[in-house]
Amino acid sequence: MTHSAPPSNHNDQPPITPQMIKDHGLNKEEYERVLKALGRAPNLTELGIYSVMWSEHCSYKSSRLHLKKLPTTAPWVICGPGENAGVVDIGDGQAAIFKMESHNHPSFIEPYQGAATGVGGILRDVFTMGARPVANMNALRFGAPDHPKTRHLLAGVVAGIGGYGNCVGVPTVGGETNFHPSYNGNILVNAMTVGVAEQDKIFYSAAAGVGNSVVYVGSKTGRDGIHGATMASAEFSEDTEEKRPTVQVGDPFTEKLLIEACLELMATDAIIAIQDMGAAGLTSSSVEMASKGGVGFRLDLSKVPCRESGMTPYEMMLSESQERMLMVLKPGREAEAEAIFHKWELDFAIIGTITDTGRLTLVFEGETVADIPVDSLTEDAPIYDRPHVETAKRASLAADECPPPADYGQALLALMGGPHGASRRWIWEQYDHMVMGDTVQRPGGDAAVVRVHGTNKALAITTDCTPRYVAADPRMGACQAVAEAFRNLSAVGAKPLAITDCLNFGNPERPQIMGQIVGAIEGMAKACRALDMPVVSGNVSLYNETNGTGILPTPAVGAIGLINDASHIATLALKRADDQLILIGETKGHLGASLYLWQFHGQEIGAPPPVDLGAERRNGDFVRSLIESGLIDTVHDLSDGGLAVALCTMALAGHIGVSVDLKALSEAELPPHAALFGEDQGRMLLAVPPDLAPDILARAKKSGVPARIIGQCGGDRIALSGLCDLPLDDLRTAHEGWMPDLMAQNLTAES
Amino acid sequence: MKARIHITLKSGVLDPQGKAVHHALDHLGFQGLKDVRQGKYIEIDLNETDRAKAMEQLDEMCKALLANLVIERYSIDLD
Amino acid sequence: MKTAVITFPGSNCDRDMRVAIAAVTGQPPQAVWHGETSLPDVDFIALPGGFSYGDYLRCGAIAARSPIIPALIAAARRGVPILGVCNGFQILTEIGLLPGALMRNAGLNFICRDVHVRVETSQSAFTQTYEKGSVIRLPVAHHDGNYIIAPDDLALLEDRDRIAFRYASAAGEIDAHHGINGSVGNIAGILNEDRTILGMMPHPERMIEPAHGGMDGRPLFEGVLGALANA
Repeated sequence: MTHSAPPSNHNDQPPITPQMIKDHGLNKEEYERVLKALGRAPNLTELGIYSVMWSEHCSYKSSRLHLKKLPTTAPWVICGPGENAGVVDIGDGQAAIFKMESHNHPSFIEPYQGAATGVGGILRDVFTMGARPVANMNALRFGAPDHPKTRHLLAGVVAGIGGYGNCVGVPTVGGETNFHPSYNGNILVNAMTVGVAEQDKIFYSAAAGVGNSVVYVGSKTGRDGIHGATMASAEFSEDTEEKRPTVQVGDPFTEKLLIEACLELMATDAIIAIQDMGAAGLTSSSVEMASKGGVGFRLDLSKVPCRESGMTPYEMMLSESQERMLMVLKPGREAEAEAIFHKWELDFAIIGTITDTGRLTLVFEGETVADIPVDSLTEDAPIYDRPHVETAKRASLAADECPPPADYGQALLALMGGPHGASRRWIWEQYDHMVMGDTVQRPGGDAAVVRVHGTNKALAITTDCTPRYVAADPRMGACQAVAEAFRNLSAVGAKPLAITDCLNFGNPERPQIMGQIVGAIEGMAKACRALDMPVVSGNVSLYNETNGTGILPTPAVGAIGLINDASHIATLALKRADDQLILIGETKGHLGASLYLWQFHGQEIGAPPPVDLGAERRNGDFVRSLIESGLIDTVHDLSDGGLAVALCTMALAGHIGVSVDLKALSEAELPPHAALFGEDQGRMLLAVPPDLAPDILARAKKSGVPARIIGQCGGDRIALSGLCDLPLDDLRTAHEGWMPDLMAQNLTAES
Repeated sequence: MKARIHITLKSGVLDPQGKAVHHALDHLGFQGLKDVRQGKYIEIDLNETDRAKAMEQLDEMCKALLANLVIERYSIDLD
Repeated sequence: MKTAVITFPGSNCDRDMRVAIAAVTGQPPQAVWHGETSLPDVDFIALPGGFSYGDYLRCGAIAARSPIIPALIAAARRGVPILGVCNGFQILTEIGLLPGALMRNAGLNFICRDVHVRVETSQSAFTQTYEKGSVIRLPVAHHDGNYIIAPDDLALLEDRDRIAFRYASAAGEIDAHHGINGSVGNIAGILNEDRTILGMMPHPERMIEPAHGGMDGRPLFEGVLGALANA
């Protein structure tokens, strides 16, 4: 073996100084580890490679120990975490492939390109595995609406998501958008893609076959986003904005061509392994492929298609240029593959071969410029059991500790016409949510519903998290996020299958933050087990802090469910003027950590609503069975803002008023504001024809599910037990007006 | 030989993007702006050494693809 | 009956268009790649929506210079009916088969939603199944649908009854409030002089079955394809 010779210092790579080590985000112990792995000092290219591979973003060094607690298997799970995306069985030999990923830091620095490339990256994760992407979702968190940067960031992120998704022709079918001052200096952009593949055409990343060609396809490599992966793992400070020049720029047109070219090649059997070049580009893709396959890679960087002249090996290995993939082809299939990529006007270059050395060997202009044992970058990456302290439990809050509104009608107007309850139409009308012709439930419902093309099956998709709850109690809050996802899927009639997650937290080196991470993962694990929704993919985004102030802990959950008959789904819009309203689940008037408390009293106090996973499952299964049997078609889950928001949303969507008796909500009489705004979990509201109501109640009783008739539909007002009588038109004006009004204010004045 | 091509909307054609930029500049406190029009700028490096021939070529390029003469006009600068 | 849908690099409604045509005719159309130089012998050609060449330079501009375009122009001269939707409409104006141009929406944002359009003429194969003056609901999804045309040419369109659709209220009122993108006269779709070519921004192929939330696009296909079947 001749691989022990130290590589030459091509292009006069400077000797490594302590400052360079620090700039690459490696601490003293980690650098010692590098020295040990190599048996010598690294050169700059090698230091860069260790730096990105051992970054939090690629190595999960702070969270890996705890992520193992999440359940990842089920009979219907085909592939869990560790590949580009998770894969689940959806019957008929088909599979759904999906993942959610964060692009928080780049989106704060340059919102349009940051969000756009976030969408591009998650799309590649999905089609890399052989799936045609069929739906995009996103979970967005911005600072206070009146913060000087918020409108600029919101406008840019929405335009970026739309600009990319619309162009590639994958519908953006829904998501969620929240505002909270903790995100003022650190927004969250979590993008999710769902794709559909044939089970016998799923592609993985493990390279195999010594001597086989390593092929680069897609766009050329430029100096984009060099050190993006390390940037995403460092706290923000005021001068981070100077990093602007390294932001990656997305090219959705090339992505569209790449999707078509890859799927065309995948229809043949020429591919052995394939991996997209995401964060840390060529480095992470080649290392992952070699590591998974237990092989070595020898790459000739002179053959990498470059967009700019004079690029060094360091720059090529760390570039985050978008719309690129790495593949291993079966011997002799290169010409066939090349013809397909040339038809789609994409670069195709054989840049290396698979070796049996277990090393990543890089050659440039005839000289070896890096030579690293692959395992030292992956298996031997640092892993930390960081100190963590459990978040202190909050006392629960009694309803009488929280004052009622002076005027209930005004309160509804403020809630539905304010930052948290207002319509998100301004956002989703900028997304093509109908392209591909299979969107059955458009944005605005409990879950998006997308038909599996050419079948009568459909996938339901939702993203959920209530960071207020997670801050109050990470364990319960994360449990609630999974429970709400389960409920949203059940509310449209889907059988929940699995989840993907984006764990967005602050600095894990602070024990309080680490305590949030550990608590949230454990809470999520508990709910996933109880509700049979394993975690099949996801990512972790840490260091979401600016100048030492962390975001609300935000473990965002993306979940998918299966609908066997797309003609039997429920939507939330009221449909008939004489329907009766049936509330499923128990109402106790829990106001702790509620939206009501936060919006009207500016308080984030009290324990979050407890989640009874048994009741959640029972109630969800019950409602789903009613939908599947075609008995009911109108369902809405109760979440943020409780019954008040649910009623208003259903009435607005259906252009039909409601009349509700708050005394009918529970056995024991509750204060009206607790009944109306309480956020007790496990509840759903149904609207059913009067002649059907007794049957539904009887079925509920038999299933052990609490169900009560609380009012009826009709008229054009929201009438609540004599407390308020609000014209629906006034509510609509407030609800639809808030976001357009916010965004119509001059964007440039403050930004 | 290097050519610089400017493509702008014909006068009279409404330019929503230019209008938005105008509006934004007003709000940033820049005063006395009469009008803002947004256009495109394209650089082309040519092998041709004969100026007249290059000019002819570039003119054809503008007509064939670079400008839409229904709404746009163009000007060519040659080094 | 033989039909074709041309796919350009970046087209993304080509499958939707093929599905819609197949739903009406029972036969899948031929998929034609932009790099071809000849068209199969067909009775109907559709140019689908999407972002051909990423909408770079101008929407439809680069696609309009594709190798297939001379064959498309020849087919147009022979009177083969051609439907261009969204990006397809933009391409038709860039080729010059339809007058005018489509610019950035007046509001500058991409718009995706259902809109009402009033049928301005039933004197064409495409619109014969609608009653003149009736209002139909179709989705739009575009960033550049702001139709502009020189006043003389507009007068010609109006004189010759060549405006197919205008954005309207549900009751059929044509006013600035319902002009979603700034188009002159709320124009949403136009015909060529021979009434054999229709360009329109709304997507009829997205409203052809109940799961789409409406079927108002279906009569358009039934009209033009039915007329061909009976011919």
